[in-house]
Amino acid sequence: MRIDIEAASVRIEGATILHRVDLLLKPGEIVGLIGPNGAGKSTLLKAIAGLSSLSDGAIRYDGVRAQEIGAARLARRLAYLAQDGEISWPLRVEHLVGLGRLPHRTPFAGESEEDRVAVERAMKLAEVAQFRARTVQSLSGGERMRVLLARALAVEAEVLLADEPVAAVDPLHQLRVMDLLRRVAAEGKCVVVVLHDLALAARFCNRLVVLAGGCKLLDGSPDELTDTIIARAYGVSTLRGEHLGQAFVLPWAPLGPHNG
Amino acid sequence: MTAASVSPVARAEATRHAWLVVGLSLIVACALVGSLFVGYAGLDVTQAIADALRGAQTLPAIVLVELRLPRALLGCFVGFSLGLAGAAMQGFLRNPLAEPGVVGVSGAAALGAVIAFYSGLSTLVPLALPFGAIAGAIFAALLLFALVGRGAGTMTVILAGVAINSFAAALTSLALNLSPNGFSALEIVYWLMGSLVDRSLPQVWLATPFMLAGWILLLTAAPALDALSLGEPTARSLGFDMARLRVRLVVGAALAVGASVAVSGAIGFVGLVAPHVLRPFVGHRPGRLLFVSGLGGAALLLLADIAARLLPIRPELKLGVITAMVGAPFLFHLVYRLRREA
Repeated sequence: MRIDIEAASVRIEGATILHRVDLLLKPGEIVGLIGPNGAGKSTLLKAIAGLSSLSDGAIRYDGVRAQEIGAARLARRLAYLAQDGEISWPLRVEHLVGLGRLPHRTPFAGESEEDRVAVERAMKLAEVAQFRARTVQSLSGGERMRVLLARALAVEAEVLLADEPVAAVDPLHQLRVMDLLRRVAAEGKCVVVVLHDLALAARFCNRLVVLAGGCKLLDGSPDELTDTIIARAYGVSTLRGEHLGQAFVLPWAPLGPHNG
Repeated sequence: MTAASVSPVARAEATRHAWLVVGLSLIVACALVGSLFVGYAGLDVTQAIADALRGAQTLPAIVLVELRLPRALLGCFVGFSLGLAGAAMQGFLRNPLAEPGVVGVSGAAALGAVIAFYSGLSTLVPLALPFGAIAGAIFAALLLFALVGRGAGTMTVILAGVAINSFAAALTSLALNLSPNGFSALEIVYWLMGSLVDRSLPQVWLATPFMLAGWILLLTAAPALDALSLGEPTARSLGFDMARLRVRLVVGAALAVGASVAVSGAIGFVGLVAPHVLRPFVGHRPGRLLFVSGLGGAALLLLADIAARLLPIRPELKLGVITAMVGAPFLFHLVYRLRREA
């Protein structure tokens, strides 16, 4: 699915959260949505997911607006992984991942074979199959995040929107989750991922979109993420290097009156 | 892939769930039949059934059809309504302490019944009482919507419920306070205690369609409640309309609980105890819990009503008193545990 975001603006109680953002999302790419806290990343992701309405502008999915597609059909084509990671009851991992199949179920029909296969595949991809019989409350924060990612993968949607999927995850699984998202994109899906880790974003994403103060500062390849843009967005200097022929970037020191 | 992909855990669980439903249904069926056998007057139930089926107006047949059958059926239906509504509200509010009472439906239904008493309407028209309670429940549901509006959060719903409950309780106290004579005040107090004594078949037929409509609305909310375990944004991303779910649940609960309060008075704690006891048996899944919790509520209420008749205490204990005596310590335990977890 091709998603066309045109001059998307969101204003909440007079404050501009998102200001005229244009973006085109295509299948087969993993787009990193980066920027400081309060830049509007989550708002933009929610808008793309059809969860928050725009004050201005439009979002079209293959040329069609969300209202015309309908929430139920959009739910099959678009998976959304929330940032807060809310889980209300001590559900078993297997059941929780199975919730991702709800958009595909007809009322009162049980789990189909297709559903079971999708759940198994998702658990395997997110490396949580070994926890299947455990309750989510018995898992660590990072493990829980991967279970929630498996839930989103189980939708088997064309588009995966993930809000900080590696926030509470250990370094090994950060790398694994990012690699997984890259593979999902390589299968021809469109992946949009909100990240705080510049190094991971620059390394794993095909394209980076930098937001600051609700405006788009950059929409380009990781090579285009210059020191100037990072300084403007985050107010930090950067450290750059190369390892095994691959460039990396790390935030280094705060810029500003106190730090020169 | 073949059916081999079903994990053994999942298969064992499906079997266990089937047994749970069968087991609970059997308990309800036995309690229902048991309820027909228990009473103050000695009654040859088989003789009574035979007479009733022949259409003979014998005393045993009359006792069975006019007294015991309505009481048993109402115990079953009211219990199912309260258990189901409790499970639904807990799933919706994602809080194990939530009960139909939380959204103010029970309180407002009781107020509706009290107004029917106080105005004297209930002496003029026998069915004024049930209609009053249902009207109160629907009024509470509408008021809830006016207060929370579209897209409001769960906390708003709880606060609105608390407000409606306090309002209903205040007006009920006012009615008691202004009661013209001691008798009607006593009648109100007895009503508020909850009971299934001296109910008639017409009352069953009056309340059942409303309950049934409520059950359908609540039971069909199962997938949405499951999705809601992951929070509102995720549930919405799975294609569920939260505003519509809220309407469905409040109207469903108003119909089921309002009709129940109409025929039985205010019986508390069933909607709290039944879902809580059964939740571990369904893997804590809010959707799966609905029907099972309804069965649990029916079993609980029927057994409590049988206990009311068997206990050597006269005058007979009110059903609401028994459920409260069982349920209140339960609530203390729950609060204590949640407090420690927090």
